[in-house]
Amino acid sequence: MNSVRPILSAKNIIKRYGNVTALNNADFDLYPGEILAVIGDNGAGKSSLIKALSGAVIPDSGEIILAGKSVQFSSPIDARLAGIETVYQNLALSPALSIADNLFMGREIRHNGILGNIFRKLDKRKMQQIAREKLSELGLLTIQNINQTVETLSGGQRQGIAVARAATFGSKVIIMDEPTAALGVKESRKVLDLIRDVKAKGIPIVLISHNMPHVFEVADRIHIHRLGSRLCEIDPKQHSMSDAVAYMTGAKAPNID
Amino acid sequence: MNEENLNKPQAFEAVLSESDTSTVQFTKKTSFLYSIQKLLHSNPALVPLLVLLASLVIFGAILGNKFFSPFTLTLILQQVAIVGFVGAAQTLVIITAGIDLSVGAIMVLSSVFMGQITFRYGLPAEFAVLCGFIIGGLCGFINGFLVAVIRLPPFIVTLGMWQIVLATNFLYSANETIRSQDIEQHAALLQFFGEKIKIGGAVLTYGVIAMVAVVLILHYILTSTAWGRHVYAIGDDPDAAELAGVKVKKTLISVYVITGLLCSLAGWALIGRIGSISPTAGQFANIESITAVVIGGISLFGGRGSILGMLFGALIVGVFSLGLRLIGTDPQWTYLLIGLLIIVAVAIDQWIRKVAS
Repeated sequence: MNSVRPILSAKNIIKRYGNVTALNNADFDLYPGEILAVIGDNGAGKSSLIKALSGAVIPDSGEIILAGKSVQFSSPIDARLAGIETVYQNLALSPALSIADNLFMGREIRHNGILGNIFRKLDKRKMQQIAREKLSELGLLTIQNINQTVETLSGGQRQGIAVARAATFGSKVIIMDEPTAALGVKESRKVLDLIRDVKAKGIPIVLISHNMPHVFEVADRIHIHRLGSRLCEIDPKQHSMSDAVAYMTGAKAPNID
Repeated sequence: MNEENLNKPQAFEAVLSESDTSTVQFTKKTSFLYSIQKLLHSNPALVPLLVLLASLVIFGAILGNKFFSPFTLTLILQQVAIVGFVGAAQTLVIITAGIDLSVGAIMVLSSVFMGQITFRYGLPAEFAVLCGFIIGGLCGFINGFLVAVIRLPPFIVTLGMWQIVLATNFLYSANETIRSQDIEQHAALLQFFGEKIKIGGAVLTYGVIAMVAVVLILHYILTSTAWGRHVYAIGDDPDAAELAGVKVKKTLISVYVITGLLCSLAGWALIGRIGSISPTAGQFANIESITAVVIGGISLFGGRGSILGMLFGALIVGVFSLGLRLIGTDPQWTYLLIGLLIIVAVAIDQWIRKVAS
């Protein structure tokens, strides 16, 4: 692993909110092609860390490096333009709009020529075609009609649409915030399979989750966050879930790594 | 946990392979009623269109040729032209889950500006019209800024704006009406939308044609451009839209500015409709525009509905008012029936929204 350079890393990130130090010299490393789980107790600062990486929070100091270049994001749109897509816990979908509309929200494709340039006409057929392709790539084509509204879909299908959107546009990194938190057993299974499918496409994934079985099932490495910084990184094959829980709650100190 | 178990389904999930693969069967929901609910869900302008056609048939059956003449039918169009413009403006704001109570006031202020700049300062009518649009756009911008950036509720912002604009209108015009003959002689451009085209018995004003054109253009913009989709997304869930990459503030401000400009256009058309320029004209434009939008099946909760529905809603009101007048009933019956229609329209909207759950 160490011979490969991280695709996304953070060094000495500090973020304070008044008297509270949410991130205290936090480090972070994501390597190409891996699934990195980020776990931590409530208030450990993992969501601040993720927000800093996805552009939703601007760190007070520290450096974020994407593909070898130092970057500074002032908004989530900046991070997206740089190739980091985030699947938010609330999914950020518009329920009354169609699947295709949602997939391309904010990144619509216009017709070529006068129709697009002057009349600003959207190329709906092209967007629907791409949407269909992307959904079938991820095995989500149990959804028959690409024009049905998102509100008619189940929770797992909605999660699928949000993941598909990230996978369609995320060229470098996909961040997923608690993707299985609101789902049932069967739907969680589908989303975990989906995460593996995305990984198989070669896109590295940052997975934030409280669900230890899910984390240990799909993650290649686990980043444990505690008291505002990275406590350790562990290999799920060499540590048990109870080890991980003990580290993140401070019940036990990690020996090496 | 040992190594073989990793990357495999967990033990408790092993039973999933034997699980029932059939999906939940909604036997009840394939009923006729559900099909209708679903159809209306995807075609929100259908209800007002059917109501419009039904009311045309009913009044036609009662009144015969007196109602079904080209003259009467085009008279309805002339009577709803102003509401159509203001309703189009109102539709944009309501789709973003807002409401604009200042539309009528902005319309009147714009028309007063157009008149005063021509007659008080002796400037050319073209310049006066331009000033009218600037004042409308400016009012809209202030509304939009307060709603999008300061994050005040649209109801409160536009309630305040309504009073401010209306008072400005009376103070500035000194409550003075500009007579129709004067406008005709010195600034005919202001009455442009009153020009008539006669085809047989049918009388179409430029105002009617422009109103229908505005509605059709906005329909195209709302359904076929990125901006239009963003307007719907903002009404649906502004936070989700923002995270998905929509520039919510910019889009909201643009919606209110366009609303203001459409109100100015309505103000210009109002001069053509009534001939004179009066600071007391168009008192009910607010309520009438909201009525047209609601009867038109556009959800007051935002994100749903078609601007064509608004036009049908305005026409329904027009058909009812003229039809009942021709029958010779007390005009209060019109208000009573419109009131009923509003409540029924909102009830249908709530019912259609249930298709999602």
